[in-house]
Amino acid sequence: MAEPALVQMLSDAEVREIEAECAHLPDRQSAAIDAMMIVQRHRGWVSDESLAAIAQLLGMSTAALDSIATFYNLIYRKPVGRHVVMVCDSVSCYVMGADGLRKQVENHLGVQLGQTTADGRFTLLPIVCLGACDKAPTMMIDDDLIENVTAERLGEIFGGYA
Amino acid sequence: MSAYESHGGYAGARQALASMTPGEVIALVKDANLRGRGGAGFPTGLKWSFVPQGEKADGGVKYLVCNGDEMEPGTFKDRYLLEYNPHLLVEGMIIGAWAIGAEQGYVFLRGEYHLPYRRLQAAIDEAYAKGYLGENLFGGGFKFDLRIHRSAGRYICGEETALLNALEGKRGQPRTKPPFPPASGAWGRPTIVNNVETFCNVPAILRNGAEWYQELGRGEDAGTKLYGVSGRVNKPGLWELPIGTSIREIIDQHAGGMQEGYQLRGLLPGGASTDFLVEQHFDLAMDYGTIQAAGSRMGTGTMILMDDSICPVDMCRNLEHFFAQESCGFCTPCREGLPWVEQLLTDIEEGRGREGDLEMLDRNAAFIGGVTNTFCLHAPGAMEPLSSALKYFREDFEEHVRTGECQYNARVNN
Ligand SMILES: Cc1cc2nc3c(=O)[nH]c(=O)nc-3n(C[C@H](O)[C@H](O)[C@H](O)COP(=O)(O)O)c2cc1C
Ligand code: SF4
Ligand code: FES
Repeated sequence: MAEPALVQMLSDAEVREIEAECAHLPDRQSAAIDAMMIVQRHRGWVSDESLAAIAQLLGMSTAALDSIATFYNLIYRKPVGRHVVMVCDSVSCYVMGADGLRKQVENHLGVQLGQTTADGRFTLLPIVCLGACDKAPTMMIDDDLIENVTAERLGEIFGGYA
Repeated sequence: MSAYESHGGYAGARQALASMTPGEVIALVKDANLRGRGGAGFPTGLKWSFVPQGEKADGGVKYLVCNGDEMEPGTFKDRYLLEYNPHLLVEGMIIGAWAIGAEQGYVFLRGEYHLPYRRLQAAIDEAYAKGYLGENLFGGGFKFDLRIHRSAGRYICGEETALLNALEGKRGQPRTKPPFPPASGAWGRPTIVNNVETFCNVPAILRNGAEWYQELGRGEDAGTKLYGVSGRVNKPGLWELPIGTSIREIIDQHAGGMQEGYQLRGLLPGGASTDFLVEQHFDLAMDYGTIQAAGSRMGTGTMILMDDSICPVDMCRNLEHFFAQESCGFCTPCREGLPWVEQLLTDIEEGRGREGDLEMLDRNAAFIGGVTNTFCLHAPGAMEPLSSALKYFREDFEEHVRTGECQYNARVNN
């Protein structure tokens, strides 16, 4: 392993943002989660290659970083579609019909939870309570919280994401 | 910012830093009887007093952390505060930092809270621009930096010692206690962790005093509380009300009562990890002591209603699915027990229940629910809705096992 080559796969912007985090923390390894989230914002997910590069930049082993990565739900270690759709499956949404709604979403997109549409547009995932239980059922598409979701609105909702 | 300041915003922080010692601030918060709004209700002033001060402090850095992880199913109060009044949190944290002598603060924010993040970051930027954060606060020489840490998602990170591990960039697993965070927290330094709503109560206490705050409450507890209702009511939502407002008043007057065609059968008073309450409890006051005496916990104060179209067995299955999935995997009763309980509930719900299953659930609820059998309170919290459901809705469980059918199925997925 030629060490410097690994880090070089990260873009200047990524390295700059990661270093900015490190500057505010007592040690570099404390930036592990932030660093993975930064790379994910740039690339959509964290590949093995990205992971190794981040580990090297932070001065830790790839295995140690991977064990952190796999602990967290929002760090994607597999490629995802252009948009990530997360449907809430927690209790308030459940009470308001989320199980039925999930099936409608699966039918609408033609995929099941955990899958990506053939055109690479949407990845469908479950999510725990989105903190908008008074507007149940809810889902999130990328950074957008979508409230009071009904089967009738699905076409209009997904139509907004190219 | 200007709207916030024109309504007296930052007056509490100014006053604390200009004319009060840290000890006086802590005494005031104690006198006000503010209790933590994160779920456990621990007295806030008392917690702050555990941080080494003056001669007992070693002069090194101390941390003030806001728990904004809000992932307890059915809970949606901190998001409102972060979106609609982020300066209130910033001010509360400035006062807290002064009280314990913290020079660095973090808001631990759940990763899915994108709009709250943008609003809070904007408020922090404004506070820096005005000299309310950073070096030399309000021109008085005190230094306090505040940053947001965005979580990568995991319910257990809301547990305060798991949160500290996550803040340090590690796996979010709970730590052994003692030492407790006020003695040794983030990066081994004295640390205070409080909930978003807790900090948001502090500025008004500084401005109006302990007595005023005490008198806001209706019963034994002091102040106001954010109460929320989700489920089949006419107007689900969130309201700031005197602490100790009755359950019935919250549901009927504020949430507009049940929707037509739905009857209320039971509710979880403060999030997914609280015990069910039923009809006989609906006139009770929503305060810490009263709800505890009724066998549950006020928790986060955001109640989840179970109406008569919902199968109690299936609702428990939904809840235990969450807890099983979110176990950090560190100790066996939680890692192995919760998925097993979820499976038993699934079997009963889907008509594969067998004689003896309910007794098995009882035994598991008692064992996993025993607070000394697991490393943190995740697993005991998971058993609260289940053991109470087994008590109050026993006939439903028995009927599933006896008939192999769920009579609610016709109405659930509508
Ligand atoms: C499994 C688990 C999850 C928790 N999640 C949260 C949370 O999301 N937000 C929160 O403020 N407190 C949460 N808590 C409580 C915290 O551990 C801690 O008591 C709280 O942040 C203290 O703040 P307070 O004294 O202001 O209430 C959780 C506790 C447990 C056991
Ligand atoms: S009780 Fe569960 S969540 Fe808590 S430490 Fe044990 S395994 Fe982890
Ligand atoms: S349960 Fe779905 S948003 Fe809270």
